[in-house]
Amino acid sequence: MLHIVNKSPLTSGTLESCLNTMVDGGDVLLIEDAVYAATAGSAFESKLSAAMGRCKVHVLMPDLEARGLGDRLLAGVSPVDYAGFVALTVSNKNCQSWL
Amino acid sequence: MSDNKKFMFVNRKAPYGTIYALESLEVVLITAAFDQDVSLAFLDDGVYQLKKGMQTKGIETKNFSPTYRALEDYDVEKLYVEKEAMEARGLNEDDFIVGVTVLSRAEMGKLMDEQDVVLSF
Amino acid sequence: MASIEVGGKSYETDEEGYLVNLGEWNAEVADYIAKTESIEMTDQHWEVINFLREYFDEYQIAPAVRVLTKAIGKKLGAEKGNSEYLYGLFPYGPGKQACKIAGLPKPTGCV
Repeated sequence: MLHIVNKSPLTSGTLESCLNTMVDGGDVLLIEDAVYAATAGSAFESKLSAAMGRCKVHVLMPDLEARGLGDRLLAGVSPVDYAGFVALTVSNKNCQSWL
Repeated sequence: MSDNKKFMFVNRKAPYGTIYALESLEVVLITAAFDQDVSLAFLDDGVYQLKKGMQTKGIETKNFSPTYRALEDYDVEKLYVEKEAMEARGLNEDDFIVGVTVLSRAEMGKLMDEQDVVLSF
Repeated sequence: MASIEVGGKSYETDEEGYLVNLGEWNAEVADYIAKTESIEMTDQHWEVINFLREYFDEYQIAPAVRVLTKAIGKKLGAEKGNSEYLYGLFPYGPGKQACKIAGLPKPTGCV
Protein backbone atom coordinates (compact mmCIF):
# COMPACT_ATOMS: atom_id res chain seq x y z
CA MET A 1 0.00 0.00 0.00
CA LEU A 2 1.11 3.58 -0.73
CA HIS A 3 0.86 6.18 2.02
CA ILE A 4 1.12 9.83 0.92
CA VAL A 5 1.90 12.48 3.54
CA ASN A 6 2.05 16.25 2.94
CA LYS A 7 2.43 17.76 6.44
CA SER A 8 5.64 18.87 8.12
CA PRO A 9 6.70 16.27 10.72
CA LEU A 10 7.61 18.90 13.34
CA THR A 11 4.31 20.77 13.17
CA SER A 12 1.83 17.98 12.67
CA GLY A 13 1.56 14.43 14.02
CA THR A 14 0.38 13.15 10.64
CA LEU A 15 3.58 11.46 9.50
CA GLU A 16 4.09 9.89 12.90
CA SER A 17 0.52 8.52 12.85
CA CYS A 18 1.12 7.17 9.38
CA LEU A 19 4.36 5.43 10.36
CA ASN A 20 2.74 4.01 13.52
CA THR A 21 -0.26 2.71 11.61
CA MET A 22 1.08 1.24 8.41
CA VAL A 23 2.00 -2.42 8.04
CA ASP A 24 5.56 -3.46 7.17
CA GLY A 25 6.65 -3.48 3.54
CA GLY A 26 4.56 -0.54 2.36
CA ASP A 27 5.61 2.59 0.51
CA VAL A 28 5.59 6.08 2.05
CA LEU A 29 5.74 9.09 -0.24
CA LEU A 30 6.63 12.45 1.29
CA ILE A 31 5.33 15.46 -0.66
CA GLU A 32 4.88 19.22 -0.04
CA ASP A 33 5.75 20.15 3.56
CA ALA A 34 6.35 16.50 4.51
CA VAL A 35 9.60 16.57 2.51
CA TYR A 36 11.25 18.23 5.52
CA ALA A 37 11.15 14.80 7.17
CA ALA A 38 13.61 13.56 4.56
CA THR A 39 16.34 16.10 5.41
CA ALA A 40 19.51 15.23 7.27
CA GLY A 41 19.89 16.88 10.66
CA SER A 42 16.19 17.33 11.37
CA ALA A 43 14.79 16.32 14.76
CA PHE A 44 12.59 13.78 12.96
CA GLU A 45 15.58 12.02 11.39
CA SER A 46 15.80 9.18 13.92
CA LYS A 47 12.09 8.37 13.61
CA LEU A 48 12.24 8.26 9.84
CA SER A 49 15.44 6.21 9.88
CA ALA A 50 13.76 3.70 12.19
CA ALA A 51 10.78 3.43 9.82
CA MET A 52 13.07 2.86 6.86
CA GLY A 53 13.98 -0.52 8.31
CA ARG A 54 10.47 -1.83 7.65
CA CYS A 55 9.12 0.23 4.74
CA LYS A 56 10.35 2.14 1.71
CA VAL A 57 10.39 5.93 1.99
CA HIS A 58 10.25 8.13 -1.11
CA VAL A 59 10.43 11.91 -1.44
CA LEU A 60 9.14 14.11 -4.24
CA MET A 61 12.30 15.96 -5.33
CA PRO A 62 10.65 19.05 -6.94
CA ASP A 63 9.13 19.79 -3.51
CA LEU A 64 12.45 19.28 -1.71
CA GLU A 65 14.33 21.45 -4.21
CA ALA A 66 11.70 24.20 -3.99
CA ARG A 67 12.44 24.40 -0.26
CA GLY A 68 16.17 24.80 -0.82
CA LEU A 69 16.99 21.36 0.59
CA GLY A 70 17.69 19.30 -2.52
CA ASP A 71 21.24 18.78 -1.27
CA ARG A 72 20.24 17.56 2.22
CA LEU A 73 18.45 14.38 1.26
CA LEU A 74 18.65 11.84 4.07
CA ALA A 75 20.53 8.66 3.11
CA GLY A 76 18.22 5.75 2.36
CA VAL A 77 15.30 7.88 1.13
CA SER A 78 14.50 7.30 -2.52
CA PRO A 79 14.10 10.47 -4.62
CA VAL A 80 11.27 10.50 -7.16
CA ASP A 81 10.00 12.96 -9.77
CA TYR A 82 6.37 13.38 -10.88
CA ALA A 83 6.63 10.33 -13.16
CA GLY A 84 7.92 8.33 -10.18
CA PHE A 85 4.96 9.57 -8.11
CA VAL A 86 2.59 8.22 -10.76
CA ALA A 87 4.51 4.94 -10.98
CA LEU A 88 4.10 4.45 -7.20
CA THR A 89 0.34 4.95 -7.40
CA VAL A 90 0.20 2.40 -10.22
CA SER A 91 2.44 -0.25 -8.65
CA ASN A 92 0.54 -0.25 -5.34
CA LYS A 93 -2.85 -1.92 -5.07
CA ASN A 94 -4.25 0.92 -3.00
CA CYS A 95 -3.33 4.30 -1.59
CA GLN A 96 -4.03 6.48 1.44
CA SER A 97 -3.50 10.25 1.47
CA TRP A 98 -3.03 11.31 5.08
CA LEU A 99 -4.77 14.69 5.36
CA MET B 1 7.37 59.77 16.58
CA SER B 2 5.22 59.49 19.70
CA ASP B 3 2.59 57.14 18.23
CA ASN B 4 5.23 54.73 16.99
CA LYS B 5 4.09 51.26 17.96
CA LYS B 6 6.00 48.03 18.12
CA PHE B 7 4.68 45.48 15.62
CA MET B 8 5.78 41.87 15.47
CA PHE B 9 4.96 39.44 12.68
CA VAL B 10 5.17 35.88 13.98
CA ASN B 11 5.89 33.36 11.22
CA ARG B 12 5.45 29.70 12.13
CA LYS B 13 4.63 27.97 8.84
CA ALA B 14 6.85 26.42 6.18
CA PRO B 15 6.77 28.11 2.76
CA TYR B 16 4.84 26.76 -0.29
CA GLY B 17 2.81 24.06 1.52
CA THR B 18 0.45 26.78 2.69
CA ILE B 19 0.04 30.42 1.68
CA TYR B 20 0.86 31.89 5.14
CA ALA B 21 4.53 32.70 4.48
CA LEU B 22 3.84 34.64 1.29
CA GLU B 23 0.83 36.42 2.81
CA SER B 24 2.89 37.49 5.79
CA LEU B 25 5.66 38.86 3.58
CA GLU B 26 3.17 40.84 1.50
CA VAL B 27 1.52 42.32 4.59
CA VAL B 28 4.95 43.27 5.95
CA LEU B 29 5.81 45.09 2.72
CA ILE B 30 2.50 46.92 2.67
CA THR B 31 2.57 47.96 6.32
CA ALA B 32 6.20 49.09 6.00
CA ALA B 33 4.74 52.24 4.44
CA PHE B 34 3.30 53.23 7.84
CA ASP B 35 6.68 53.81 9.43
CA GLN B 36 6.32 51.71 12.57
CA ASP B 37 8.79 49.67 14.57
CA VAL B 38 8.50 46.30 12.81
CA SER B 39 10.05 42.99 13.86
CA LEU B 40 9.80 39.68 12.05
CA ALA B 41 10.01 36.55 14.18
CA PHE B 42 10.59 33.11 12.68
CA LEU B 43 9.53 30.25 14.96
CA ASP B 44 8.97 26.52 14.47
CA ASP B 45 8.63 25.65 10.74
CA GLY B 46 8.71 29.39 9.99
CA VAL B 47 12.53 29.20 10.02
CA TYR B 48 12.31 27.22 6.78
CA GLN B 49 11.05 30.38 5.04
CA LEU B 50 14.54 31.84 5.09
CA LYS B 51 16.39 28.81 3.70
CA LYS B 52 18.88 29.67 0.95
CA GLY B 53 18.91 27.96 -2.44
CA MET B 54 15.21 27.48 -3.16
CA GLN B 55 14.52 26.25 -6.71
CA THR B 56 10.81 26.38 -7.40
CA LYS B 57 10.72 25.71 -11.14
CA GLY B 58 9.73 22.09 -10.53
CA ILE B 59 6.61 23.04 -8.56
CA GLU B 60 5.76 25.93 -10.90
CA THR B 61 5.51 28.40 -8.05
CA LYS B 62 7.19 31.77 -7.65
CA ASN B 63 10.29 31.66 -5.45
CA PHE B 64 9.62 34.59 -3.13
CA SER B 65 12.66 34.09 -0.91
CA PRO B 66 14.78 36.78 -2.68
CA THR B 67 12.20 39.31 -1.48
CA TYR B 68 13.39 38.88 2.12
CA ARG B 69 16.59 40.59 0.94
CA ALA B 70 14.56 43.64 -0.13
CA LEU B 71 13.18 44.15 3.39
CA GLU B 72 16.16 46.33 4.20
CA ASP B 73 15.05 48.80 1.49
CA TYR B 74 11.68 48.91 3.25
CA ASP B 75 13.44 49.74 6.55
CA VAL B 76 12.49 46.37 8.02
CA GLU B 77 15.75 45.32 9.59
CA LYS B 78 14.78 43.32 12.68
CA LEU B 79 14.65 39.66 11.77
CA TYR B 80 14.72 37.13 14.59
CA VAL B 81 15.08 33.37 14.35
CA GLU B 82 14.32 30.99 17.21
CA LYS B 83 17.48 29.04 18.03
CA GLU B 84 15.76 25.85 19.19
CA ALA B 85 13.58 25.71 16.05
CA MET B 86 16.59 26.31 13.81
CA GLU B 87 18.62 23.57 15.45
CA ALA B 88 15.76 21.05 15.46
CA ARG B 89 15.68 21.44 11.67
CA GLY B 90 19.39 20.88 11.16
CA LEU B 91 19.92 24.51 10.12
CA ASN B 92 22.39 27.18 11.15
CA GLU B 93 22.77 30.92 10.48
CA ASP B 94 24.69 30.32 7.24
CA ASP B 95 21.66 28.56 5.76
CA PHE B 96 19.61 31.77 5.63
CA ILE B 97 19.17 34.07 2.66
CA VAL B 98 19.38 37.17 4.90
CA GLY B 99 21.21 38.19 8.03
CA VAL B 100 19.19 37.39 11.16
CA THR B 101 19.51 37.61 14.92
CA VAL B 102 19.22 34.22 16.57
CA LEU B 103 17.35 34.26 19.88
CA SER B 104 16.66 31.52 22.38
CA ARG B 105 13.03 30.56 22.88
CA ALA B 106 13.02 32.43 26.20
CA GLU B 107 14.47 35.59 24.63
CA MET B 108 11.92 35.34 21.82
CA GLY B 109 9.10 35.07 24.35
CA LYS B 110 10.32 38.14 26.14
CA LEU B 111 10.60 40.14 22.90
CA MET B 112 7.07 39.07 21.95
CA ASP B 113 5.81 40.22 25.33
CA GLU B 114 7.25 43.71 24.73
CA GLN B 115 5.23 44.30 21.54
CA ASP B 116 2.17 46.53 21.16
CA VAL B 117 0.73 44.50 18.30
CA VAL B 118 1.48 40.88 17.35
CA LEU B 119 0.32 39.50 14.00
CA SER B 120 0.36 35.76 13.59
CA PHE B 121 0.97 33.83 10.38
CA MET C 1 -8.93 38.66 -20.14
CA ALA C 2 -7.84 41.81 -21.88
CA SER C 3 -4.97 41.93 -24.33
CA ILE C 4 -2.91 44.33 -26.41
CA GLU C 5 -1.73 43.92 -29.97
CA VAL C 6 1.87 44.92 -30.74
CA GLY C 7 3.72 44.19 -33.97
CA GLY C 8 1.16 41.59 -35.00
CA LYS C 9 1.46 39.67 -31.72
CA SER C 10 -1.12 39.55 -28.95
CA TYR C 11 -0.12 40.06 -25.29
CA GLU C 12 -2.39 39.19 -22.41
CA THR C 13 -2.94 41.95 -19.83
CA ASP C 14 -5.04 42.35 -16.70
CA GLU C 15 -7.98 44.74 -16.64
CA GLU C 16 -5.67 47.66 -15.74
CA GLY C 17 -3.29 46.98 -18.60
CA TYR C 18 -0.44 45.25 -16.75
CA LEU C 19 1.21 42.40 -18.66
CA VAL C 20 0.16 38.99 -17.36
CA ASN C 21 3.24 37.07 -18.55
CA LEU C 22 6.33 38.92 -17.38
CA GLY C 23 8.55 36.91 -19.72
CA GLU C 24 6.79 38.29 -22.82
CA TRP C 25 7.99 41.85 -22.23
CA ASN C 26 10.19 43.56 -24.82
CA ALA C 27 11.12 47.12 -25.77
CA GLU C 28 8.41 47.30 -28.41
CA VAL C 29 5.74 46.38 -25.88
CA ALA C 30 7.18 48.96 -23.48
CA ASP C 31 6.91 51.67 -26.14
CA TYR C 32 3.33 50.66 -26.86
CA ILE C 33 2.27 50.74 -23.21
CA ALA C 34 4.05 54.08 -22.76
CA LYS C 35 1.99 55.54 -25.62
CA THR C 36 -1.24 54.39 -23.98
CA GLU C 37 -0.05 56.26 -20.88
CA SER C 38 0.76 59.34 -23.02
CA ILE C 39 4.46 59.05 -22.27
CA GLU C 40 7.14 59.68 -24.88
CA MET C 41 10.02 57.41 -23.89
CA THR C 42 13.44 59.08 -23.51
CA ASP C 43 16.78 57.78 -22.23
CA GLN C 44 15.79 59.05 -18.78
CA HIS C 45 12.60 56.98 -18.90
CA TRP C 46 14.52 53.92 -20.02
CA GLU C 47 16.98 54.34 -17.19
CA VAL C 48 14.14 54.02 -14.67
CA ILE C 49 12.51 51.14 -16.57
CA ASN C 50 15.77 49.21 -16.70
CA PHE C 51 16.39 49.90 -13.03
CA LEU C 52 12.95 48.52 -12.16
CA ARG C 53 13.51 45.39 -14.20
CA GLU C 54 16.86 44.77 -12.53
CA TYR C 55 15.28 45.32 -9.12
CA PHE C 56 12.55 42.82 -9.91
CA ASP C 57 15.06 40.33 -11.23
CA GLU C 58 16.98 40.48 -7.98
CA TYR C 59 14.17 40.72 -5.39
CA GLN C 60 11.08 39.38 -7.21
CA ILE C 61 9.02 42.46 -6.36
CA ALA C 62 8.28 45.82 -7.88
CA PRO C 63 9.33 48.27 -5.16
CA ALA C 64 6.98 50.78 -3.55
CA VAL C 65 7.51 54.36 -4.76
CA ARG C 66 9.32 55.44 -1.62
CA VAL C 67 11.66 52.45 -1.86
CA LEU C 68 12.19 53.02 -5.59
CA THR C 69 13.03 56.68 -5.01
CA LYS C 70 15.59 55.83 -2.34
CA ALA C 71 17.13 52.99 -4.36
CA ILE C 72 17.43 55.14 -7.49
CA GLY C 73 19.09 57.86 -5.44
CA LYS C 74 21.60 55.33 -4.21
CA LYS C 75 22.38 54.00 -7.68
CA LEU C 76 21.90 56.94 -10.06
CA GLY C 77 22.50 59.91 -7.79
CA ALA C 78 20.48 62.27 -5.61
CA GLU C 79 19.39 64.45 -8.54
CA LYS C 80 17.39 61.46 -9.82
CA GLY C 81 16.42 59.89 -6.51
CA ASN C 82 13.64 62.35 -5.70
CA SER C 83 9.90 62.55 -6.30
CA GLU C 84 10.08 65.68 -8.44
CA TYR C 85 12.35 64.03 -11.02
CA LEU C 86 10.48 60.72 -11.08
CA TYR C 87 7.00 62.26 -11.21
CA GLY C 88 8.33 64.53 -13.97
CA LEU C 89 9.00 61.41 -16.03
CA PHE C 90 5.91 59.48 -14.94
CA PRO C 91 3.20 62.02 -13.98
CA TYR C 92 0.69 59.42 -12.75
CA GLY C 93 3.20 57.83 -10.43
CA PRO C 94 6.58 56.23 -11.03
CA GLY C 95 5.38 53.09 -9.26
CA LYS C 96 2.19 52.55 -11.20
CA GLN C 97 3.15 53.85 -14.64
CA ALA C 98 6.79 52.81 -14.79
CA CYS C 99 6.00 49.31 -13.54
CA LYS C 100 3.34 48.95 -16.20
CA ILE C 101 5.74 50.01 -18.94
CA ALA C 102 8.44 47.75 -17.49
CA GLY C 103 6.07 44.79 -17.76
CA LEU C 104 6.02 44.25 -13.99
CA PRO C 105 3.12 43.77 -11.58
CA LYS C 106 1.80 46.72 -9.61
CA PRO C 107 4.24 47.66 -6.83
CA THR C 108 4.00 45.69 -3.61
CA GLY C 109 3.24 48.06 -0.78
CA CYS C 110 1.59 50.55 -3.09
CA VAL C 111 -1.37 51.84 -1.02
